[in-house]
Amino acid sequence: MTSFSAIGADREATKEEFTPGVEPQPTWCPGCGDFAVLKALKGAMPDVGRTPEEVLLVTGIGCSGKLSSYFESYGYHSIHGRALPVARAAKLANPGLEVVAAGGDGDGYGIGGNHFMHTARENHDMTYIVFNNEIFGLTKGQTSPTSPKGHKSKTQPSGSAKAPVRPLSLALASGASYIARTAATNPRQAQEILAEAVEHDGFAHIDFLTQCPTWNKDAKEYVPYTDIQQDDEFEFDISNRKEAGEAMYEAETRLAEGEVLTGRFYERERPSYGEEKRATGEMPDDPLAERYFEDGDWGRTADSLLDRHT
Amino acid sequence: MIDSSLMWRIAGGSGDGIDSTSQNFAKALMRAGLNVFTHRHYPSRIRGGHTYVEVRAADEPVQSRGDGFNFLLSLGDSFARNPQDEAYYGTEQVKPLVEQFDDLNEGGVIVYDSGLLESEMVAETDLEERAAENNWHVYPMNLRGIARDHGREVMRNTAGVGATAALLGMDTSYFESLIREAMSGEIMDANLAVLEEAYERAAALDTDHDLEVPTGEHDSQQAMLSGSNAIAYAALDSGCRFISGYPMTPWTDVFTIMSQNLPRFGGIAEQVEDEIAAAALAIGAAHTGVKAMSGSSGGGFALMSEPLGLAEMTETPIVLVEAMRAGPSTGMPTKTEQGDLEHVLYTSQGDSCRLVVAPGNLREAYDQTRDVFRLAYDYQLPGIVLYDQKLGGEMRSVSTEFFDREPAPDPGSVISEDELAEAAHDAAGKYMRYDTDGTDGVVPRSVPGQEGGRFLATGNESMEVGHISEDPDNRTAQMDRRLEKLDAIREELAEADHQTLHGPAEATHGILTWGSNQDTVFEAVDRLRADGYDVHAMGVSDLMPYPKEAVAGFLSGVEECLVVEMNATAQFRGLTQKQLGRFGSTMSSLLKYDGETFEPGEIVEGFESNIDGQEPAGNVRLATGD
Repeated sequence: MTSFSAIGADREATKEEFTPGVEPQPTWCPGCGDFAVLKALKGAMPDVGRTPEEVLLVTGIGCSGKLSSYFESYGYHSIHGRALPVARAAKLANPGLEVVAAGGDGDGYGIGGNHFMHTARENHDMTYIVFNNEIFGLTKGQTSPTSPKGHKSKTQPSGSAKAPVRPLSLALASGASYIARTAATNPRQAQEILAEAVEHDGFAHIDFLTQCPTWNKDAKEYVPYTDIQQDDEFEFDISNRKEAGEAMYEAETRLAEGEVLTGRFYERERPSYGEEKRATGEMPDDPLAERYFEDGDWGRTADSLLDRHT
Repeated sequence: MIDSSLMWRIAGGSGDGIDSTSQNFAKALMRAGLNVFTHRHYPSRIRGGHTYVEVRAADEPVQSRGDGFNFLLSLGDSFARNPQDEAYYGTEQVKPLVEQFDDLNEGGVIVYDSGLLESEMVAETDLEERAAENNWHVYPMNLRGIARDHGREVMRNTAGVGATAALLGMDTSYFESLIREAMSGEIMDANLAVLEEAYERAAALDTDHDLEVPTGEHDSQQAMLSGSNAIAYAALDSGCRFISGYPMTPWTDVFTIMSQNLPRFGGIAEQVEDEIAAAALAIGAAHTGVKAMSGSSGGGFALMSEPLGLAEMTETPIVLVEAMRAGPSTGMPTKTEQGDLEHVLYTSQGDSCRLVVAPGNLREAYDQTRDVFRLAYDYQLPGIVLYDQKLGGEMRSVSTEFFDREPAPDPGSVISEDELAEAAHDAAGKYMRYDTDGTDGVVPRSVPGQEGGRFLATGNESMEVGHISEDPDNRTAQMDRRLEKLDAIREELAEADHQTLHGPAEATHGILTWGSNQDTVFEAVDRLRADGYDVHAMGVSDLMPYPKEAVAGFLSGVEECLVVEMNATAQFRGLTQKQLGRFGSTMSSLLKYDGETFEPGEIVEGFESNIDGQEPAGNVRLATGD
């Protein structure tokens, strides 16, 4: 008898169940790429048999952070850059939950970059979606970590002197075990990739190109896109770090030149953090969260720890 | 009142085994029937730099370091790197000897390792002159030689303990059994041989001191623990099964104790990339239903500011511990201070809605940490245990019966799936987790994975189900509801009675203090009363919500009050004045911020100086309330 009966429930959910039945309507601008993430996630969850109450969606701050308001599940809208540390502790506390974290490129590659590196390194079994619009949207169009060199904005009036972050390469070097890039303009691929990411047993990173028509590009600038799995120019083994790294470098470089390369870049199974931690004996086999709802022996420090002090 | 006590100080280089030797020494005295208290002084270095530990022991309860000390075992610094007198930091090897002179009482005993501190080196110091002035009894002993003859040089601390035992008239059997418990084989045999040889050589010395070890007897079994042990054990007994942290002195002690013990209690410890992550992980685990904690010292706690506010806003219960050290910035990493009070009360944007408690001693550290867990989880807000290097590091003997408690793993105000079936939901089926009708401001929280419990937690202001809202009426109602929890906590705290009084209630003079100074202040009060002063004291633990009634009652009853704290700007006196809105001319401050703890004698002198209108000597300062 579990205290969390939504987890692993033998029930098929529909896409509609992941849509809030009443307000709020999204506040995103017309033509915003964020709608595509929401739609893809709503489609992916039933595809992989998840129901709303076994999903915890943790978001950061920015337009992307509103995802948890418009997606029906347990939600935690955290602070700027800190979705990942909140999310990974939730996964450790209750491994039965399907944990998804999401945020923007400033959130994930800028202010939260340290957490991105370490969460990937630890290979937590969770999905991380980065809404990459190459700009700070909600604060009105400033240059972001992924903005191309030379990008002009109110805070970089002479054009940015910095080369953009390479998010896919960063994820690979840090230790992510599933890495993909998709685009709002390619909804079918996006839904498939999100479904794969949720199913993947490890840290799955999706760099999701989301156009910002108000402050940056509109959708047509992400078209045409190339699916690297379909293109002869990019025949490579996605389980090979070296080949994957080269493909990522190419995709990142060409994006700055206006060419959009999407698809799966890296996938390789390695034990998730929970498995590693259980192997060292430092994580219980049963979900820790369950214990607080069940009768059991909690142990007393007086019985086990006091002798050494006498 | 403590009439006489042994105050034994062992000094050497960091890495010379000062810490472990002092612990064994104190434990042996405890087993022999004495009450013990230890005071640690160490540098922010791995090896070298001088370190000392004082062990105070008496037949009566000892709850504080004393005034100075009366027996010095100086090993010298075997890791010293700098032989130059002219260098900024001077000759390091001999420092563990000469730096102790100012604190050694008249008639004191000195044993130093003449195997390391050679006679020419010692001759250059003012030892001979000062020994004559202060009637010190100096016994150079070649501890290094004894250690080398029977084992290895590193055993010279064992030789020092053997010499101490002989010179104080102690039986070595307690030391022998501690060596037998901790070691085996050749190492054990060598240490036993070193102990015996040093004892015999010291016993054969021609001595002229009259210091002896006190004798005593316990009526119950005793244990010797640090404040950090007490905080960690209280967390475990509260059902805390998750800790996340990043190392920083002095909080590392609690983090280490928890990390070593959580796996055996079925819990999880996470060392993470920074303190922002540490606090955010504790929030994630707590939100998911686990009792979780994190902590740090000043600089790391500063990084936790934003997650701390997130926990207040989303009403996620977490417990944080903050171990203060001397600031600002990196300050003096291994030295104590109470300079983070205002930081901990107010850090993070918006109005504070948190519980802050500063225990006064080891027992309070255990009891009050348990209370902080209970209240944080019942009222869904951050609970902070504010302590310092002093309380965390000092060890005391305490009856093992004190820890004979039942665990309290209750997760607080959490709703079950059965209750959720009956609870209020919106039209979309979201649970009204932030309903403004909560009792005492509290709405039971659901936990991810529960059927019928889904809601959105957000750092934005939100409506009942968690959707972002900037509606002025909702905003006011939600703020009022969250802050209402503090009123309920204030009532619970009044019942828990964390403020400790010492001395007769009708005294004309008062001393008010907070946190870890408490027992040193109480010893000073005993002495002042013996000298004819009509004085009593209060040690305050509750800082937010502030115990207005208790402190106002104390201040109303006295003509004058000295407020004792370890910081430069009288933060606690300022808080008291702000909270009570009066007593500004009743209170003056006795402050210390040199990195060292108060000695009882400094408080006695500070109190007298305040009455006489004099400036106190040494590194303490008087400041008036006007």
